Amino acid sequence: MNPKVSYRLLGALLCLLVIPLGVTAQQVPVAFEGATIYPISSEPIENGVLVVHEGKIVAVGAAGSVSIPADAERRDASGFIIMPGLVDTHSHIGGGDGGDRSSPLHPDVRIMDAIDVRSDTFKKARTGGVTTANVMPGSGHLLSGQTIYLKLRNARTIYDMLIPDARLRDGFAGGIKMANGTNPLRAAPFPGTRARSATLQRGLFIEAEAYRERLQNEENVPRNLRLEPIVEALNGDRIVHFHTHRHDDILTVLRMQREFGFRVVLHHVTDAWLVADEIAAAGVPSSIIVLDTPGGKLEALNLLYKSGRVLEEAGAEVSFHTDDGVTDSRLFFRMAAFAVRDGMSRQKALEALTLAAARQLDMEDRVGSLEPGKDADFILLTGDPFSVYTHVQQTWIEGIKVFDRANPDQLPYATGGHEIFRGDYFDHYSVGGAQ
Amino acid sequence: MLAGCSAPVAQLNAQNIAVKGGIVYTMAGDPIEDGVVLIRNGRIERVGPASRVSIPDGYEVFEAPVVTPGIIDTRSVVGLAGILNIPHDQDQLETSNPFQPDLRAIDAYNAREDLVVWLRNLGVTTVHTGHGPGALASGQTLIAKTWGQTVDEAVINPAAMVAFTLGPSVSSNFGGSPGTRSRMVSMLRAEFIKAQEYMARENPTRDLKMETMVKVLNGEMRAMIHAHQVSEIMSALRLQEEFGFKLVLEGASEAYLLIDELKEAGVHIILHPTMVRTRGETTNAAFTTAARLAEAGIPFTFQSGFEGYVPKTRVVHFETAIAVANGLPFEHGLRALTIDAARFLGIADRTGSLERGKDADLVLWEGDPFEYTSRVCTVIINGEPASTRCQ
Repeated sequence: MNPKVSYRLLGALLCLLVIPLGVTAQQVPVAFEGATIYPISSEPIENGVLVVHEGKIVAVGAAGSVSIPADAERRDASGFIIMPGLVDTHSHIGGGDGGDRSSPLHPDVRIMDAIDVRSDTFKKARTGGVTTANVMPGSGHLLSGQTIYLKLRNARTIYDMLIPDARLRDGFAGGIKMANGTNPLRAAPFPGTRARSATLQRGLFIEAEAYRERLQNEENVPRNLRLEPIVEALNGDRIVHFHTHRHDDILTVLRMQREFGFRVVLHHVTDAWLVADEIAAAGVPSSIIVLDTPGGKLEALNLLYKSGRVLEEAGAEVSFHTDDGVTDSRLFFRMAAFAVRDGMSRQKALEALTLAAARQLDMEDRVGSLEPGKDADFILLTGDPFSVYTHVQQTWIEGIKVFDRANPDQLPYATGGHEIFRGDYFDHYSVGGAQ
Repeated sequence: MLAGCSAPVAQLNAQNIAVKGGIVYTMAGDPIEDGVVLIRNGRIERVGPASRVSIPDGYEVFEAPVVTPGIIDTRSVVGLAGILNIPHDQDQLETSNPFQPDLRAIDAYNAREDLVVWLRNLGVTTVHTGHGPGALASGQTLIAKTWGQTVDEAVINPAAMVAFTLGPSVSSNFGGSPGTRSRMVSMLRAEFIKAQEYMARENPTRDLKMETMVKVLNGEMRAMIHAHQVSEIMSALRLQEEFGFKLVLEGASEAYLLIDELKEAGVHIILHPTMVRTRGETTNAAFTTAARLAEAGIPFTFQSGFEGYVPKTRVVHFETAIAVANGLPFEHGLRALTIDAARFLGIADRTGSLERGKDADLVLWEGDPFEYTSRVCTVIINGEPASTRCQ
């Protein structure tokens, strides 16, 4: 039997087995009525109706235009805004790590092997409306490892959060985390200069190209855990998430992408506003972070509120990321609001938190908008998404409510308090002195 | 609303400015709808509704939907801590010795620091800044306007408080010595006793550390103790009781567990940044603490605090905004950033409210100062337009 097939089967089987344990999909349809609905993929709907059933969206539309099944449980959502659950394209929730100090390149390291599904950080993220996250290994390497895309379902084990992806040998959706600039620079065996960084990264892709050729032309090629995920990246099945700040480092990523043809998302992209046209022309999306103040490291001196606006004006696709714990998942909307503050359009900012982010994870068929057939991942907001006074009232994933602000046992995850959190936190400052 | 920030319409007399606000929060009485603030020679000349205050000829007019007094950050390290975060621009913590009350903030404050400029452009007009947390006594603090090219031009009070810390950061910054909370308190008690003896001596040989400690003992400078957890806060209160200095609690993330004790002690709290990361000594921090303190009538103000990485400083009113979104009344939040902060810092004769005779420190906003999307379009400090670009 082809081992590749067996792994895919295993992934599919595990999901079939575990999902019914971790959750209870609704047996009857549920209809949310009276809310203003932001489907993201289409215009906002006043007095809208959202019908979900067995974890999927069944119908979305204006009251009267949507037929509500006779057996549906009807919920009054008037006064709320309903929009898709947020997709965080770069987070460190879950207490995982990644590659160690033994090498600057760890393509064989999987963060899925190091995640604590009971971590506080997941509870926090659910209160912020995050329903899907790209959890990243690292930081401080040229290649920190394989990222994992998680649904923030209530989970007993990691399998309850994984997303099957039949294209990948391990069977679960994820990307590759790479970095350039000062982040991976340190004593040998790490690179000491930017040019050395690029040459080491190119070397890995060239190795993987040769391995791919062997796989295509030879029988019984020995497995190579380092190169398999890079081959998947070369084939476009695994997206490369590339940490990069300075304008010239951004262009280095684009150059490498042209050379090897992998699919890439630029991450952080501090200087994006200096090279927005080049980014747009390359057709490469950006996952940006907006911080209250620039600085804290040399590469972040140009980190300004305007990045989202400038990229939007250039026609480049943008998502946001928390980089939790750099920023707090509970306040993810706040970041988009600061982009709006500096001129990004509300529509693009909302899209950046949802559908554009889903596209950057190859998940736009499942999440990111409220459309029939998609996963029933949505949130109820008490007001305008960009207002400080607005709270996430409820977070739903695949038709299951995973956070309710009205529940006194769950409210503290949104506000904090005594012995609510255990201090789980990804400390960017102490992880190998990541810069 | 969004188009409300206007450029100056006339450039006739830079000294005389009229600010028109859709709503003017003077912080001295009720907000004034359709209000006018007249500024002459750097000071506030008149405040009132447009119906009663006419703008004399030759006044440069600024206009915005919302006008407030300049924002006051009651605990920062900007100016000592710089934007680059490299040794060259990090003067907030000296690690050769855990007890250095003699270090003066004025000897390290960089009035041109980019972080100071950043805060100024967002409406922060006064900072209480200086030595950071992380040492038993890290040094002194100062109070400065965020305007001026040198510390001398900017400073209001060159020696405001002495910054003390009780907590595990001291151990990690000083190689495990002091290594426990008890040891920290013991060392501090010894220093206070030494200072009492120094104070009693006639013509002692000058000792800069003890001179500073005497100022703390006699109330000339306040002791600002960074303490987050219950045991640390209780130790600070116990030290205060033993030595009678003027105590300010800084951080205090578990303050909500000690409401009665803090109320009885009558101590002012400079509350941690609302969005502080919930780990280590601030694991139990809550967005709702400001609201709980307000409810209990415990005096407090806000801080930007200290940041070791990105972002290199917080923005104090952004922190207050999250407190207001979590139960702190709007008016109380604004007060804590302006008049309460000024009174606490002892500078209410100069700033903190829009009243005749005070320094003309004003912020012109596009809308609700706490809203994420309300930009600051003009900042006036000492009657001078310090920033006129919306951001």
